[in-house]
Amino acid sequence: MHDVLVIGAGHAGCEAAAAAARRGARVGLLTFRAEDVGQMSCNPSIGGVGKGHLVRELDVFDGLMARAADRAAIHRRMLNRSKGPAVWGPRVQADRKLYQAAVSVLLTESGFELMVAEALDLAIQGGRVVGVVTNCGSIPCRAVVIATGTFLDARMFVGDHVIEGGRRGEKASLPLAAQIREIGLGQGRLKTGTPPRLDGRTIDWARLEEQPSDSEAWTMSVLDDGIRRPQLQCAITRTTEATHDIIRANFDRSPLFAGAIEGRGPRYCPSIEDKVKRFAGRDAHQIFLEPEGLDDALVYPNGISTSLPSDVQERFVRSIPGLERVEIVRPGYAVEYEFVDPRRLNQTLEVRELSGLFLAGQINGTTGYEEAAAQGLTAGLNAAAAALSLQDVRFDRRTSYIGVMIDDLTLQGVSEPYRMMTARAEYRLSLRADNATTRLGTVALASGCLTARRRALTESHLSLRGSAAWAETEEARADALYAPYVARQQREWEVVQRDSRVWIPAELDYDAIPGLSNEMVERLVSARPETLDQASRIPGVTPAALSALYVAASRRAAA
Amino acid sequence: MADTIYALSSGRPPAAISVIRINGPLAHASAQRIAGTLPEARTAAVRELRHPASGDLLDEALVLRFDGPASSTGENIVEFQCHGGRAVVDALLAALGGLEGLREAQPGEFTRRAFENGRIDLTEAEGLADLIEAETESQRKAALALAEGGLRKQISVWQERVLGLSAQAERAIDYDEDDEAVDPSLARECAALADELEQWLERPRVERLKDGVLVVVAGPPNAGKSSLINAIVGEERAIVTDIPGTTRDHIEVPLSLGGVPIRLTDTAGLRDTDDVVEAIGVGRASKLVEMADVLVWLGDSGDAPEHARLICVHAKADLGGSAPAGSISVSTVTSQGIDALLEQIETQARSVLPAEDALSLNRRQAQHVDDARGALTSAASANDLLLVAEDLRLARTAFDRLTGRAGVEDVLDALFGRFCLGK
Repeated sequence: MHDVLVIGAGHAGCEAAAAAARRGARVGLLTFRAEDVGQMSCNPSIGGVGKGHLVRELDVFDGLMARAADRAAIHRRMLNRSKGPAVWGPRVQADRKLYQAAVSVLLTESGFELMVAEALDLAIQGGRVVGVVTNCGSIPCRAVVIATGTFLDARMFVGDHVIEGGRRGEKASLPLAAQIREIGLGQGRLKTGTPPRLDGRTIDWARLEEQPSDSEAWTMSVLDDGIRRPQLQCAITRTTEATHDIIRANFDRSPLFAGAIEGRGPRYCPSIEDKVKRFAGRDAHQIFLEPEGLDDALVYPNGISTSLPSDVQERFVRSIPGLERVEIVRPGYAVEYEFVDPRRLNQTLEVRELSGLFLAGQINGTTGYEEAAAQGLTAGLNAAAAALSLQDVRFDRRTSYIGVMIDDLTLQGVSEPYRMMTARAEYRLSLRADNATTRLGTVALASGCLTARRRALTESHLSLRGSAAWAETEEARADALYAPYVARQQREWEVVQRDSRVWIPAELDYDAIPGLSNEMVERLVSARPETLDQASRIPGVTPAALSALYVAASRRAAA
Repeated sequence: MADTIYALSSGRPPAAISVIRINGPLAHASAQRIAGTLPEARTAAVRELRHPASGDLLDEALVLRFDGPASSTGENIVEFQCHGGRAVVDALLAALGGLEGLREAQPGEFTRRAFENGRIDLTEAEGLADLIEAETESQRKAALALAEGGLRKQISVWQERVLGLSAQAERAIDYDEDDEAVDPSLARECAALADELEQWLERPRVERLKDGVLVVVAGPPNAGKSSLINAIVGEERAIVTDIPGTTRDHIEVPLSLGGVPIRLTDTAGLRDTDDVVEAIGVGRASKLVEMADVLVWLGDSGDAPEHARLICVHAKADLGGSAPAGSISVSTVTSQGIDALLEQIETQARSVLPAEDALSLNRRQAQHVDDARGALTSAASANDLLLVAEDLRLARTAFDRLTGRAGVEDVLDALFGRFCLGK
């Protein structure tokens, strides 16, 4: 019998399978097609501001993403280099094929069983998950991680052309979506999009501003496997007034504006038609041209994701400097998919009402590889804990971006695809990409999911901190830079801790508290804050409501 | 479940009308036992009020009904607007007191319930509490402005501005990959807001309205200070003798001059003395002179201490002698000059108070506004964008403490509403 079954082999699923296996679980990984394991379905880049922090944190737990990115990196850039070190964002452009190969190798090292099958149904007994029914038969197990990404009842839009499926040429998970709705987890639909892919041989590179790779070959992972690939150049171009005119003239042909897409898209990564509409005053939008691989002519034009019809895509792309004669290999499209309300999960990403069921990745309303992978790690570590009766692994928003993300998701829920950014972390000054081992090393060691090589490295890092030589390290210098601010945050945290001690009883009847609006009651019931501090972070909860809650909670405590 | 409470909500009888309020879960049931049927919620009707036990008619009154949570306290409320005779009010209160489960409200308890039930926020509750305590017209106006959410509105304007500045800084951190120095306009706006807060902090605290303007009467011994106080107050508050040094400690009399709350303070005469007790009094007097908002000096105007609001009085004018220029001639025997002096005191005292209808801060509020000002000042001079953002976060936290909340999501909304973020 399997301890943990993981459904979906994207970034979340692979990390979940590997993490559970590293904790000693017998793991099965279910996917539609073996060749899709670890595929990058969108932009072939890993990291960035906030996202790079997540990758470095993942790495402390021996996650796959950082090492796979290093093995496939064909362009490196430390974003925000001129700003304070807390917001430096390591980002690499990865060769798509090399990346997928690296993930396969690393995943195999962790030990797991790949199962090519479609999950149709969860077997549930006595309020807990006991197995997965697939088109190839039933598989019993102790815990399940669902990491199906955008595949739940997904629909793709290219203009008025609608295709069922979560990725180009692949199908959607319909039966599973129906069951998730039946369990009462379904919340609504979100959308995301991708730009058209260009043939790099038809781009006039000479006319464009170059963006070279960093000269210093830093790595994402602290475990340097010593693999270095040749570095390519990216380039920058911009849309023009002519581009905007073409897009504007075809607004009515976009499923976004024609009303076919009901899901809400992200505020931060809008499609080009969205940008043209919302920021009518801007005469140009920046585009980064990113090569997809060393032996691949495909180029990913970052900044022009679109669901306009193919003929419009071709016309507007050719109005952009350097792309006048470009050939579109595959048109861009929008994907609309079903997601669950992450407020139904606890901080281990286990469904509150259904023991043994964990959800990770885009299904929880997030976007991005890094966000998905970080959730996969959390779900995998804790699914193994549930199956093998090990200790939970919980992340704290004060010490990690993973903690910030999980706290935000499970407490506030999402109304648009959730993306990590440093503005979300109030303890940002101490959450740097370069001190992840210091922040999380002890937790990672205790979780028992580390390889011997990692364990040794982490232990020596932590013991170096106590020595005189520590002061000479770059990490120590960055610590010193923000020390007074960090000390002040420490005091602030202590105040928050006081609020955290005001426990809100789980059975508190919000309806019975006078003065709370119906909307407020609904939000509180969904989020079920455990403490007053958590309640204060739920959007829309007013100071007056907080005081009513405070009084109700203290009355209950006194009674 | 909360108790049901009742109280006379209007001023002391006798009055034309008195308002008795019953509040809490038993409000409707209790009121029915006295008034028979109740009107629809949020409407008024005339009812005969009868003693629940004897059935005796107590009064004919207007009865209003409110159903929680849509009421001022968030709980069920019934109001009796009855005739304001002492006997009527006493009989009604006694009848209510005899009902099972009801008790008389403690001072401020209705406001407290409103706050606890989430009907009003902290600043509004502070205003209501002040309103109830207000004794003078200026106090009432200031408290009313606060209770109506005037400060809350001002705070939300400040919060909005800081949020906008935060959004600018956050955008530059998370989205401007082109490395740039801190936008100078950001620093300028931080400094401008800090200046505005500074001006608010320079306004007198609301406590001045509540506690009164400190008017200190001082001068050498036996100058007639105590006689003057008595003449103003119209009763023998201070002991008056011909023996210099009679007033050993200061005497404070609260009074209202043209609606301005004043603490009129008599002090020991200022002189060198060997008497231990008198020396303590003289020491205190000197301190009061320093603290005084308005100083009324009796004695040689040339000896008067330096003070921003000084009124020189030529006392005992009935004994002759002409007042030096700039002094007011006053006689407590003939009442000559008393009105002129009071007028001067009122004018000077008014200048110390916040303008009527203007909002002012209490000490608690000023503390948080000062924290915000400090953070903005620091943001204006920081050259690391991260520290600018951190200082702005601290300013937001300070405002949130002022009203009682914090939220990162709000910043993100402001951020994305204003900027086109590529990539």
